[in-house]
Amino acid sequence: MALLEVKDLHTSFFTDAGEVKAVNGVSFFLERGKVLGIVGESGSGKSVTAYSIMQILASTGKIVGGSIKLDGEELVGAGEKKMKTVRGNKVSIIFQDPMTSLNPTYTIGAQLCEAILLHTDRNKEQAQARAVEMLRLVNVNEPEKRMKQYPHELSGGMRQRVMIAMALACEPDILIADEPTTALDVTIQAQILELMRDLQRELGMAIIMITHDLGVVAQMCDEVVVMYAGSICEQGTADEIFYNPKHEYTKGLLRSIPSVSTLGQKLRPITGTPIDLLNMPEGCPFAPRCAAAMKICITEHAPAVMVNDEHRAACWMCIKEGIENGTISVEKPENTQKGSDVK
Amino acid sequence: MSEEKKVLIEVDHLKKYFDINVGLFKTKPLKAVDDVSFTINRGETLGLVGESGCGKTTVGRTLLHLYKPTAGEVIYDGKPIRTKADLKEYRTKATMVFQDPYSSLNPRMTVSDIIGEPIDVHKLYATAAERQDKILELMAKVGLNSEHASRYAHEFSGGQRQRIGIARALAVNPEFIVCDEPVSALDVSIQAQVINMFGELQEELGLTYLFVAHDLLVVRHISDRIAVMYLGRMVELADAEEIHDHPLHPYTKSLLSAIPIPDPKIARANQRIVLHGDIPSPLNAPSGCPFRTRCRYATPACAESMPEFKEVSKGHFVACHRVAEIND
Repeated sequence: MALLEVKDLHTSFFTDAGEVKAVNGVSFFLERGKVLGIVGESGSGKSVTAYSIMQILASTGKIVGGSIKLDGEELVGAGEKKMKTVRGNKVSIIFQDPMTSLNPTYTIGAQLCEAILLHTDRNKEQAQARAVEMLRLVNVNEPEKRMKQYPHELSGGMRQRVMIAMALACEPDILIADEPTTALDVTIQAQILELMRDLQRELGMAIIMITHDLGVVAQMCDEVVVMYAGSICEQGTADEIFYNPKHEYTKGLLRSIPSVSTLGQKLRPITGTPIDLLNMPEGCPFAPRCAAAMKICITEHAPAVMVNDEHRAACWMCIKEGIENGTISVEKPENTQKGSDVK
Repeated sequence: MSEEKKVLIEVDHLKKYFDINVGLFKTKPLKAVDDVSFTINRGETLGLVGESGCGKTTVGRTLLHLYKPTAGEVIYDGKPIRTKADLKEYRTKATMVFQDPYSSLNPRMTVSDIIGEPIDVHKLYATAAERQDKILELMAKVGLNSEHASRYAHEFSGGQRQRIGIARALAVNPEFIVCDEPVSALDVSIQAQVINMFGELQEELGLTYLFVAHDLLVVRHISDRIAVMYLGRMVELADAEEIHDHPLHPYTKSLLSAIPIPDPKIARANQRIVLHGDIPSPLNAPSGCPFRTRCRYATPACAESMPEFKEVSKGHFVACHRVAEIND
């Protein structure tokens, strides 16, 4: 059984301007000890997916449908009391900006101990000892001294280490990292990614890595989910997504990054701008920007189909190819059902 | 443009210190840019990379005299910028595109006023109709519709705002543009559109760029030559290809190896040189070579004197005491 199973998740924000469907039917699995990457641009719903799992949405946000199962237990509608035992204990999260996610008025030690005291039955002294141990684990030098310091006395990379220490203090099964290195410099980013990879191997936890940087995904992730405008375009193993992309959006994204092979050439960007979530088109959300869009793309959202055992895509082009090759039968609905169950 | 390699801008021992309050009445100089010299040829793109706090943005701004240099000189097209009149003329030739497309546009001005402001300041039109035509022409050049002219900046997405910023920079028909992290606030797909536009404008108008960025993949794509800065100093400067294939300075090497390559097989095989520790504060820069505290080749001698920024092979400059030994 998968550690985390998200099925047909719908999360909306109810704003004055109307309902914003930030997450629109997202399904994926996370196995124990694996690193899953969720990639997408701003507004694709990748962070909202994570916040939905933790149920830390803003007050206007609400999970309107679907299910999130952690170790077989349903979390949607489980209530705040249950969620308090999940957050920190079983699922932890680190945020993008280490500057604003630590409280500037408390010492590092106090903030680390708070998390430990809240989630375990250690007493104050034991919590203190555990906090120092955690700081040492994330390679913070002079941990005893750091315990008494305030966040502003630490550099950005150091603060992100403290955030990781705090998230891991209660040995969660899943660590959600929401753009953990976006605010950091590239050499510091390399340090943090290496640290996360080492800790993941050492502690055997699963990581959900949310990022817009395909380089980070290539380096860290076993499995990849590509999101656009609240839905999943494509998901599969990292190798499948990078070397055998099927969805037009993924292809465009990969083409947009400068690399050695694009030297001296023009980049081939995706045209147009991301869609407005308040005015979602009827069909595939990517169709207005897609160079290969067909008639059906504009009227109907493509169901996800299996490309192979390790790869699923929701693109009519891919379905067309599949039908032509005889790998997909014409009864699409059944295939879809199967598609979303197999993994 | 490429056949003649004429120097357009010469930066001569440029220094910019900021006075920082360290006590009630005491200040200490923060050496944001410390003795930097380089040249930019006409029609080329010089990429300037480094981590936050290394002084790359300050170089760009001091170059345009947005900050008054503490010492050193900027020589544009053979003429040093010294008097107010020099500066006024310089400002019609050299402009800037800023990093943050959200805060660099005045929210109370319409797009046509934003783009028109430099034209007004330098009185580059005879009639109101000419001014309007010019604005619309600039907007077309950067791919904005003419109906956008009367809108306000908040009505646009990040990529479109950056286009407005670029149109404003082009308004005075400049020869040289400092691009200060122009794409780092944008999404990948939009980033590629804007990068292409920079390339097209350069071809069309023969522009020269100083492209400041921290994303090395982007810099490599767009630049002819690349300069690397660390703690207010330039540590290496060479052709883009040369610096990627044969980096000489240990900092450049680690910087290049730290780039996450968007290719899982390469990423897995990549032997990363992970630097330990953080960048020292420029207020308390180490003695001697600024990089020695994080350098794995550092010897006691590195703490004694500042390495000279010298040409080791044609067009390849590096500032490292041990450059010959460690690259054998």
